Amino acid sequence: MWQGLYDELKDRSFVVLAVALDSGGVASAGQWILAAKPTYPCLIDERHVVAELYSMVNVPSAVWIDEAGRIVRPTEVAGASDAFRTQMDRKTKQVSAEGIADRQRTRTAYLNALRDWTAKGAESPFAVSRDEVRRRSSGPSDEHVFAAAHFRLGEYLYTQGHREAALPYFSEARRLHPASWSYRRQTWELEEPGKAGGPDFWSAVDALGDRSYYPPVTL
Amino acid sequence: MSVTILYKEQPPFPVMATPDGDDLWLTLDDLRSATGWEIRPEGVCREGQCVPIPEGREREFVRESPPRFNLAALARWLEQPVLHDDVHGVWFFGEAARVRRETLRSLQAPDFRLPDLEGRMHSLANYRGKKIFLVSWASW
Repeated sequence: MWQGLYDELKDRSFVVLAVALDSGGVASAGQWILAAKPTYPCLIDERHVVAELYSMVNVPSAVWIDEAGRIVRPTEVAGASDAFRTQMDRKTKQVSAEGIADRQRTRTAYLNALRDWTAKGAESPFAVSRDEVRRRSSGPSDEHVFAAAHFRLGEYLYTQGHREAALPYFSEARRLHPASWSYRRQTWELEEPGKAGGPDFWSAVDALGDRSYYPPVTL
Repeated sequence: MSVTILYKEQPPFPVMATPDGDDLWLTLDDLRSATGWEIRPEGVCREGQCVPIPEGREREFVRESPPRFNLAALARWLEQPVLHDDVHGVWFFGEAARVRRETLRSLQAPDFRLPDLEGRMHSLANYRGKKIFLVSWASW
């Protein structure tokens, strides 16, 4: 998904670090990585540690980190739009021409911002100020870290073969952090393969009403 | 009984311990191996940071003979989320929300270590000196 961008920018001291938030590990994420054959590092995060550290609630989410290890853009949606909600046939997964155009606009604007930062560094308007980074990164609440605790304990029990014991922890993680689509969809998928993109997913998306699934990014 | 400790991002660590309701008493060796915490004259220390045991409440934290330390009491004192499954003997200790927020406010990107498809480990720190586009995805 990011190979073109990486090929274009890799000689400018730029790296893509892709992290699969996937409790299914290699068995789930592996086939996608093998099919795409990316030349940038693709890491597998079965416990969703990166989501916890960076307060990510959905995929794709991204953080920009400069050469000194400083965050210059905190967690935000990485070039995705809500077009799929209204512009996609839910049976055939076909997206309308209008939907494709909307998707392209969002992604192109985001990629152009990344190109600008890669070229200009701190001078790029897309590397936001320290205060702005702080303003945009709220960090977790007590409920959120407790949700993470439920997810981690459930995920451990699940991988140990205690599926039934894991499920109540998963449902509590979803309740404590309702904004986390990654907890919701990951735990649904562990409950029942296919559930993450099935009718439960679509009813949850529809229940958003006017609210965003992918909140628009202020570039 | 046998208890598995999941301490923050550390790998699962099995110990022999005595859970007592919401308390978990560990030998000092297990405490160090499972979590990195060590008892010193100045308090209980980990990764160069020491936390004094609150005065007058020593008995909640430490037992003398045999020497045991209550990891759950320390976690509560540090406002860490703690969760235990008594049927399977698993205890999870997370990071306090306050610490996570302070880390993000420092603007330094928190480090992590994760494997790639071949099992090679990568940490964020390996890529210091480059601009990093850290991006999540998922198969689900």
